[in-house]
Order: sequence, then structure tokens, then C-alpha cells
Amino acid sequence: MSEPASTRVAVLETRDVTKRYRLEGVEVNALRGVSIAINKGEMVSIMGPSGSGKSTLMHIVGLLDRPTEGQVILDGQDVSTLSPNELAILRNRHIGFVFQAFNLLPRTSAQANVELPLVYGGASASERSRRAVNALERVGLGNRLTHTSSQLSGGQQQRVAIARALVNDPSIVLADEPTGNLDSRSGIEVMSILQDLNAQGITVVLVTHDARIARHAQRVIHVLDGRVQSTEIVSERVNAAEELRALPAEEVAG
Amino acid sequence: MNFTESVRIAFRALAANKARSLLTMLGVIIGVAAVILLVGIGTGVQGEVTGAVEGLGSNLLFIVPGQFEGGPGGDAAPPSRRFTIDDADLIERRVDGLDAVVPIIQGGGTIRAGNRTMRVTVAAATEDGEQVFSATLAGGRHYRRSEVQAASRVVALGSSVTERLFPNRDPVGEAVTIQGQRFTVVGHYQSQGGGFAGDQDAQVYMPVTTAQRLFGVDDVGTIVVKVSEAEDIERAQADIKRVLTPRFGEEFTVFSQEQTLGILSDLLGTLTYMLAGIAGISLLVGGIGIMNIMLVSVSERTREIGIRKAVGARTYDILSQFVIEAVSLSVFGGVIGIALGWGGASALSATTPVPSEVTPWAVAMAFFFAFGVGVFFGVYPAYKASKLDPIEALRYE
Repeated sequence: MSEPASTRVAVLETRDVTKRYRLEGVEVNALRGVSIAINKGEMVSIMGPSGSGKSTLMHIVGLLDRPTEGQVILDGQDVSTLSPNELAILRNRHIGFVFQAFNLLPRTSAQANVELPLVYGGASASERSRRAVNALERVGLGNRLTHTSSQLSGGQQQRVAIARALVNDPSIVLADEPTGNLDSRSGIEVMSILQDLNAQGITVVLVTHDARIARHAQRVIHVLDGRVQSTEIVSERVNAAEELRALPAEEVAG
Repeated sequence: MNFTESVRIAFRALAANKARSLLTMLGVIIGVAAVILLVGIGTGVQGEVTGAVEGLGSNLLFIVPGQFEGGPGGDAAPPSRRFTIDDADLIERRVDGLDAVVPIIQGGGTIRAGNRTMRVTVAAATEDGEQVFSATLAGGRHYRRSEVQAASRVVALGSSVTERLFPNRDPVGEAVTIQGQRFTVVGHYQSQGGGFAGDQDAQVYMPVTTAQRLFGVDDVGTIVVKVSEAEDIERAQADIKRVLTPRFGEEFTVFSQEQTLGILSDLLGTLTYMLAGIAGISLLVGGIGIMNIMLVSVSERTREIGIRKAVGARTYDILSQFVIEAVSLSVFGGVIGIALGWGGASALSATTPVPSEVTPWAVAMAFFFAFGVGVFFGVYPAYKASKLDPIEALRYE
């Protein structure tokens, strides 16, 4: 960690966050007091096995859900008691999601998918178009603007999803098992793009159960049984771009 | 998100499922077309019937047996005594300022000439009947006073009776058989136009005395009075009541033409509302179809809703998207239904004697009703969609 101290400002912080919910009459303690901080410009992994509470933590970090107790601080503001509609507005401005299952709208062009957050943000049609094209170019899909999901490979679909996550200049890009549905080569490409974006200053949070994927980040937060078990600074970070160069040349483009 | 954006999203979703959208719209199309067509027919019939009553001639009073209490409610009890020709004579003698007092009998009968037969309405009156039946002679003459007094078996034919029994021939002087009795045709009339209610062209006219023998009765159904001056109508009405009361007590009613028109118009108005109601039910069924398909659509698109919410759609955005989808279905269906109903009504009045008249009022009502159906049946599915939890929705398979 060689960044100067001034850039290590927390974008999002959780303070003693707990989450309880009832599942078929049984009370589940998904989170039992989690305090983490995500700093501006860093790439951090939240790692844990299934059932550890990492999905619940991701929902709270992604402002999709509210904690039962504790606080969630976004850019210095306590957002833990906001209404669903207020959270929707904050998600629109501050969070970019990348999902395991891509979650693109079917029968909709790549460009229209990327424009979606801007539609709800209230941007004009010309501005939406300009920013969506720009975001797609950043993930190397400037030539696939009119393709629909079914006309794109898995790796390309995930890159469209990354472009969608980027298009609103979010405070955090939240990637939930982004390589889970991809073959290894596409997975490496996607990780390479995420690392590249992070190098350009974008804050990236990776949520994964895969230790190797987690090591693409600078820091790994291990979650177990609803608690933060440990925080680890990654000593030998995986560099996806190097891995990609080491792979044999791709036979089929695209 | 602004309104045009919501409309664009809704249209894209409808276009993605063209067959489904079209079939859903069909319910509304049929409902609205039925409303337009049936209300059109109702309005048309109303116009024609009131026109026909007005066409009977002006300044008429209708005297009927029985007690009618202030309108179309029907008589409270069957009349204990019916009118006779004497009663007509009494009115003629005792009431001033009348042009004509005409006792009338109407009945059904079968007319035969050679091997041709036809079912007709027999309209029987005195020689003054001409003044209340506004038919114009095409040939021959009307029956005379002497023929009324003698109960002669003479008859004048309406135009469609002539066409049917004596195609391309002058019927005057020919013999016909009515209810098995021989009659001589003395005249025939011009067509009064394609009537739907009580086709006057399918009537035959004969002296009232002849009809009494023919039907075996000695009373008459109605007495029609023509008042000379319009301003005398109320006075004549009161005089007639005064003259008849000693004989009939309260057991008769005098309607002016205006009252008759009012009663008919009320009756047909009610009929029109009834037709509109029946058609409205099919529109309601169309609305339920919209609700059904919107519920299917919401559950199919749960994941889409989750995605939209994740990237920042608020409750209102999702709600308006689905309401606009439902309203688009109903409004498009409504517009197509109006076009079809209007076209159907025009085609109907052009090709059949059924009159129809599509009023702007009916079109506006059908349109706004269709719009309302879309909103009413679209809100619940849209509300359901808007309340989905984004986490659950994204997990939905």
C-alpha cells in the first residue's frame, strides 16, 4: 500500500452492522456486527463460503438492503435508515453492479442496457447515448453497440454489464462473483478489465468465495458466520493482464 | 425518469410480445366496438321512431282506454270498458276546434292474392284516417265515407304489400283475400321509407267498420284526434276528458303527441342504456384480460424489475411503466374498436333497414371508458411489480 494517506478516505463504511431476518419462521442472524471500510480508489475483496453472510453484506454495501442495527455511512452520510426510494436514488448515483448472471435486459441492445442507469438518473437522450458509447468503448465493445444479449458471448455480456456499472461514474463498482458463469479465459479478461478500471481510480469491491479471484484485489476481507474473521493485505496480487498474455493466442475472435 | 421515457419502455415491451399484446387488445376492441355499434343502433332507432311519431302529423291527441299514471308505467288494471265508434262521434259532436276524430283498430292479418300471401298489419279508421296516417296515394283512392258506413270490403295497400302481391302491376280494382274474406283494392300508397319500427309500408288500410266485422269486435282500440290549432291542444285535451268522464270515469287517458314522444323516447333511451350496459360487460371482460396478462407479464419480468430497481428505478418508475403498458393496450384497443364499431354501424345502416347513428358523445364515452379500464385493471399488477424487493427479484429464476 503505497498510496498517500490523503487518498485513503472511506467511501463507504459499515459500523456494527447486524442483519436478522425470518426465514420460514426461523430467525437467521446473517450479520452479527460487521464494521468494514471501503477506501476511495482501492480494490477490495469480500470473501467467504456460502452461508457466511457475504451476500447479505454485499446487499447492504450495495444499498439494496438496510441493516437491522448499526450504521452504513456513504460519503460521510448515514444512509442506514433511508426509505427504499431514497436508496434507489443513491444506488443510481453511487453504486455500479456487476452480477454473476450478468443480468442484462433480454432483447435489448448493449447500448440500451448501458443507458439504463442514465434513464433513471434523468439524463437527456443525447447525453445518455454519448456516455453509454464511451463506457462500452472503455470495456472494448465499441463495435458491439447494437448487439443484444443473445448475440454476445458470456464474456462480452459481462463486459456490457461492467460498462453499465461504470456509466454513472459510481463511487463503488460492486462485482458479485463476476467470473462465476464464465469460462476461464473470459473470466481472466473480465478480471483484467476490473483491475484496469481500478488502476484508473475506480473503487472496486469484489464479492467471491474463490480465494484465487479474491487475490486480484489489494485487500481481502474474510467473512465467516456473519462476522469479519480477518482482513488481509494481498502480498502477491494476481495480475490478470499478465495471465492473459501468458495464455495461448485465441483462435476465434470475439 | 420522465413520461416519454416511460412510454417508450412500455411500447418496447408491448412490441416484444406482439401476438400477446394483440390478443389482449382484442378483448377491448370487441368491447368498444360493441358499445359503439349497439349505442349507435339504439340512438338510430330512437331517432327514427320519434321521427315516425312526429311524421304522423301535428296537433294529435291519442285517447286510449285504461289509466296510465304519469308515464310509461303501464296501466294499473285492465280497462273495464273499451271505446266504441259512438264515443268517437260523441267527441266530434261535443268538442270544438277539432279537424278530425278518428277511431282506430289495429290488428294482424294475412293477405292473399292468387297464390301470393303476406303477413300485414291492418290499420282501420274512418275516412278521416288520411289526416292521421300521413301516407300519400300512389294510385286509386282512399276509402269513402259511404264505404265506412256500409262496412264495405275495400282496402288500400301499403307500398311493400303492392310490390309483394302485384309486382309491376296496378293493384287498383284487383281482388284480394284477407283472413279468408274477399276485398277489392281501391288504392295504394307511396313508400314512406324503410321503417324499422312498425313498417308502415307493410300495412293495409280499410274502414273501421269493416275491420270490426273482420276481427269480430264491436269496440275500437284508440281514438286519435286532430286539433285545428296548436294552441288549442290543452283546451281540447281538457274538453275531451270532460266529455268522456261521465261514461268512463277515470278509465281512459289522453296523451298529446308530445307526451307520447316523451314516453317512447324514455323507453328507447332505457333500451339504449341497456344495450350499452351489455356491451360494457364485454369491455369489462376485456379489462380483466388486460389485468390477467399484466400479472403474467409482471411475474415473467420479475428479474427485469430487479435489474431496473438495482440500477436506480424507484417505486414510481416501475408503477408508471406497467400502468402505461396496460393503458396503451386499452387505448389502442379502444381506438381500433371505435373505428370498427363506427364502420360496422355505417355498413349496417347502408345495407339493412336497421338505422344507426354514432354520436360524438358515444365515441368519447367509449374512449374514456377504455382508458379507465386500462388504468383500473393495470394498477394492481403495476403496484405488485413496483413493490417487489430488488434482492428477491434478482434471485428470481
